Amino acid sequence: MSFFQALAHYGFLQHAMIAGLLASIGCAVMGSYVVLKRITFLAGGIAHAVLGGMGVAYWMGAAPLAGAAVSAVLAALLIGWIRMQWHEQEDILIGALWAAGMAVGLVFISMTPGYNADLMSYLFGNILVVSHADLWLMGLLDAVIVAITLACHRQFLAVCFDEEFARARGVPVTFYYLLLLCLVALTVVLLIRVVGLILVIALLTIPAAIAVQFAGSMRRIMLLAGALGAAFNCAGLALSFSPDLPAGAVIVLVAALSFLAVTAGRGAWHRLRRRIGS
Amino acid sequence: MPPVIELENVSFSYHGPRVLVDVSLSVERGEFLGVVGPNGSGKSTLIKLILGLLRPDRGSVRVLGGNPDEVRSRLGYVPQFAHFRRDFPLSVEQMVLQGRLGGGLQWGPWRRADREAAREALAEMNIAELAPRPIATLSGGQLQRAVIARALTSGPEILLLDEPTSNVDLRQETALFEHLKALTERCTVLVVSHDVGFISGYVDRVACVNRTLVTHRTAELTGETIETLYGEPLRMVHGHGHHHGNVPG
Repeated sequence: MSFFQALAHYGFLQHAMIAGLLASIGCAVMGSYVVLKRITFLAGGIAHAVLGGMGVAYWMGAAPLAGAAVSAVLAALLIGWIRMQWHEQEDILIGALWAAGMAVGLVFISMTPGYNADLMSYLFGNILVVSHADLWLMGLLDAVIVAITLACHRQFLAVCFDEEFARARGVPVTFYYLLLLCLVALTVVLLIRVVGLILVIALLTIPAAIAVQFAGSMRRIMLLAGALGAAFNCAGLALSFSPDLPAGAVIVLVAALSFLAVTAGRGAWHRLRRRIGS
Repeated sequence: MPPVIELENVSFSYHGPRVLVDVSLSVERGEFLGVVGPNGSGKSTLIKLILGLLRPDRGSVRVLGGNPDEVRSRLGYVPQFAHFRRDFPLSVEQMVLQGRLGGGLQWGPWRRADREAAREALAEMNIAELAPRPIATLSGGQLQRAVIARALTSGPEILLLDEPTSNVDLRQETALFEHLKALTERCTVLVVSHDVGFISGYVDRVACVNRTLVTHRTAELTGETIETLYGEPLRMVHGHGHHHGNVPG
């Protein structure tokens, strides 16, 4: 059975497809800020620290994604605070938080009695088991991210472009910076189902990193990144289906190879043009 | 009239040796003040203290009769050039519009009044036609004008510029200072520079910063005072097509 026949046939594949599309919305919006503000490492720290919250939620018998949302926001605030207080040791502290968050998660998951099959799906995602409730949660997170971005886009842009000027204008830079990090954290939660928290960073940054090379304004970067993210999700899902490969990993590989191809292609094109020009 | 900027016995350090020691400064409304000094002498720190971005360890800073925090929206700031990424995907208009942001509640898109103010500021800096261009495509001089336009959009009473000409050529530098001089008609201008010989042809007074601060009217400025400040002889630069007959070389 081909992928498209299966897609028409199976609810779980349709869910997977919708999940991928929903994830690409949040990724496009927040990924653009992450790439332009160059806070990929911060976003990575938030993503990995999330396992701590998921582990605690799992141990308490609560929904792991709810635990992920709470711990993601906490990690975002902590990392934002670290950056403001100890700017010089920022990378070391975030690295420590990154690993400590995962360690907390592993300890709590091992303390939970029963079969821990879910662990792999948090780490690497499992887009094929996305439930109706997950889709609603993802839609809600997208709505929150888009609504806040529409309201605060000017401030976010000013904070990303020239923090000190914004501060000199009296813009509460710390507030908007932390708000931006919290939205990045929610985007991470959005992506856990799709690619898992280890691979999150690829889907968050790659579509925006490609879009930045072609689009000249923030709005266009977000739109292009959204289209690219959706394409990577669909292509990865389709390619992984017949050989029965893990969908999240294939989605990330499609994105990474596209990034490589586009960047190398652009470099070659510029060299070629220079040679013709000279 | 009371001074618009008043620093009294201000000292400041960034977790280490003191950058500014016992600095006092008083600036009148409409004055054009140059701030000069060697690298690392505390010129930028002085500007940031006036903007309220830094707080003094000792002494007081009063701006427009209040705390810098309270009056920040009435100040225009032109930060150092290398402050932001030149390749940031932003049009000139969008960058200039950022000068309209403030501390109050502002949500959603830009309003018509904001766009109008940005348009006027661009026209004032003679770069109205650059509005739709990405900032990455501007020359150093054009970008410098755009950054000043950004500071002008809020109609500032005091304009503070930190090394505005470090990335432009001499012809543009001359044009820029002519422009700043014209601006003193409606606001006080404070400009940081490392080129004392050049700015002394335009500014009313020079504040020489090197941990301490001494001001001189440009009319009284001699090579000797600058020499004591820098600790070594300094060649005064001449011949930019304007006369500074009152400055000995």
